[in-house]
Amino acid sequence: MPKANVTFEKTGLTVNVPAGTRLIEISEKVGASITYGCREGECGSCITKIVSGMEHMSERSVLEDKVLQENMAGRDNRLACQAQVLGGDIVVKA
Amino acid sequence: MTRAPDAVEIAPGTHWIGALDPALREFDIILKTANGTTYNSYCVRGSDGVAIIDTVKAAHADEFFKRLEQVARYDEISVIVLNHLEPDHSGALPELMRRAPQAKLYISAKAQLMLKALVRVANLEYNVVQTGDHVSLGDRTLRFFSTPFLHWPDTQCTLIEEQGILFSGDVFGCHFCDARLFNDKVGDFRFSFEYYYQHIMRPFREYVLEALSLLEPLEPKLIAPAHGPILRDAPQSYMQRYRQLAAPLLHNEAGANTKSLLVFYISSYGNTALMAQAVAEGAETEEGVRVSLYDLQSSGDLPFVDLIEEADGIAFGSPTINGDAVKPVWDLLSSLALIKVSDKLGAAFGSYGWSGEAINMIEDRLRGLKLRVPVKGVRARLIPTEEELGKCRDLGKQLAQHLTGNIERRVISMTDLLTQEQAHA
Repeated sequence: MPKANVTFEKTGLTVNVPAGTRLIEISEKVGASITYGCREGECGSCITKIVSGMEHMSERSVLEDKVLQENMAGRDNRLACQAQVLGGDIVVKA
Repeated sequence: MTRAPDAVEIAPGTHWIGALDPALREFDIILKTANGTTYNSYCVRGSDGVAIIDTVKAAHADEFFKRLEQVARYDEISVIVLNHLEPDHSGALPELMRRAPQAKLYISAKAQLMLKALVRVANLEYNVVQTGDHVSLGDRTLRFFSTPFLHWPDTQCTLIEEQGILFSGDVFGCHFCDARLFNDKVGDFRFSFEYYYQHIMRPFREYVLEALSLLEPLEPKLIAPAHGPILRDAPQSYMQRYRQLAAPLLHNEAGANTKSLLVFYISSYGNTALMAQAVAEGAETEEGVRVSLYDLQSSGDLPFVDLIEEADGIAFGSPTINGDAVKPVWDLLSSLALIKVSDKLGAAFGSYGWSGEAINMIEDRLRGLKLRVPVKGVRARLIPTEEELGKCRDLGKQLAQHLTGNIERRVISMTDLLTQEQAHA
């Protein structure tokens, strides 16, 4: 199964995860400071900055795109409860 | 002191047209007030247009419209500015727009979503402004300044350039109702000013400092806030006071190169106290961390919130009683909304009899406050064993290492994380 390395910049911890894992699942396991509310891509609580490796993330869904726009999030932001890692090296600001 | 006045000229061409609410004793469930509040709205007349700056709470709209009609006709109003969209300032907006449909509404970029959610008017048109934008009323120019998070994302200030009058929204305001309106006429409102800052602005003190850097160079001759007295006597002294208030109440005495870790605990049989001691001991083995240990049992009035504001890490020890952490812990955790705690480090530990839910609950609360919880908490059944106290020392040491940055860049697999979690459950 393809794997991805997700590094949490503030904790210095890198987690090797199966492709398809959502960011919030990894964040929860390592105690990173990504907060979440609805976990369904609606509330915008879990907006997270991707420092590098955005090309290894799943495409934004229509819903995620809408919520990010409504929250005036930048292009390097994703909803951790929606964004899946697909492979390669990804660094998140958390 | 609270007999309602007519519209009051605060400067040539500019009137206060707000509303008094002297009976109010509790504002929006979070603030007390000893003599009510005011909802300040202003009417600015220029040679080519009339602007209304903010409105009032819907229940006081009649009072507002009565004063407005004393100084302007609705068909003269060309501009409506909302510096802040909370209902006590936007409540009369729908009716004002109905009466003055030609008026253009000016709001900040971040106010857009709130406007739609707060003002249920179909096809509402508005103009978005940011720092540097202006609108002309002929011989009067309204210039806008984005001052977000004071205390909502949408907040902004508006200046009449030619007169140096700053309409500041909630900043520099307070809940104090006195019909004499001006700071050199009303009763002593200093406690209300400070109380308002501590409860409304304090969580956003970094934004307060940013806003002050933007507003101080304007050297306003008069500050007209959205609540409380109009500051015409020494207005800049209130800015200076904000700068003082935005400094931490208790300075971090640990030194620039030393991190501060606070370990709070409460213990019914002494077991969680033993664990707290071990956490502190472990943390103290790390150079560059100052560790402080506090018992929450009799500390209701101690300034822990002030201490936490300047700390780098906080750890909470609580026994589990009836499936929950105990009240003094929740009391302190619920008080942290008054300060900025995001990105501090947090941890939890505690003794339990048969279930031990408190630790996860505290960790969830810490994450909810956007703290990082980098080290899994430690639970011990009743009297902690030497091994469990060792885990507490490890918890303290690892937490301290995360504080100093003295951590190895680790790689761990998701499978290992899941295995660890199952072993811990």
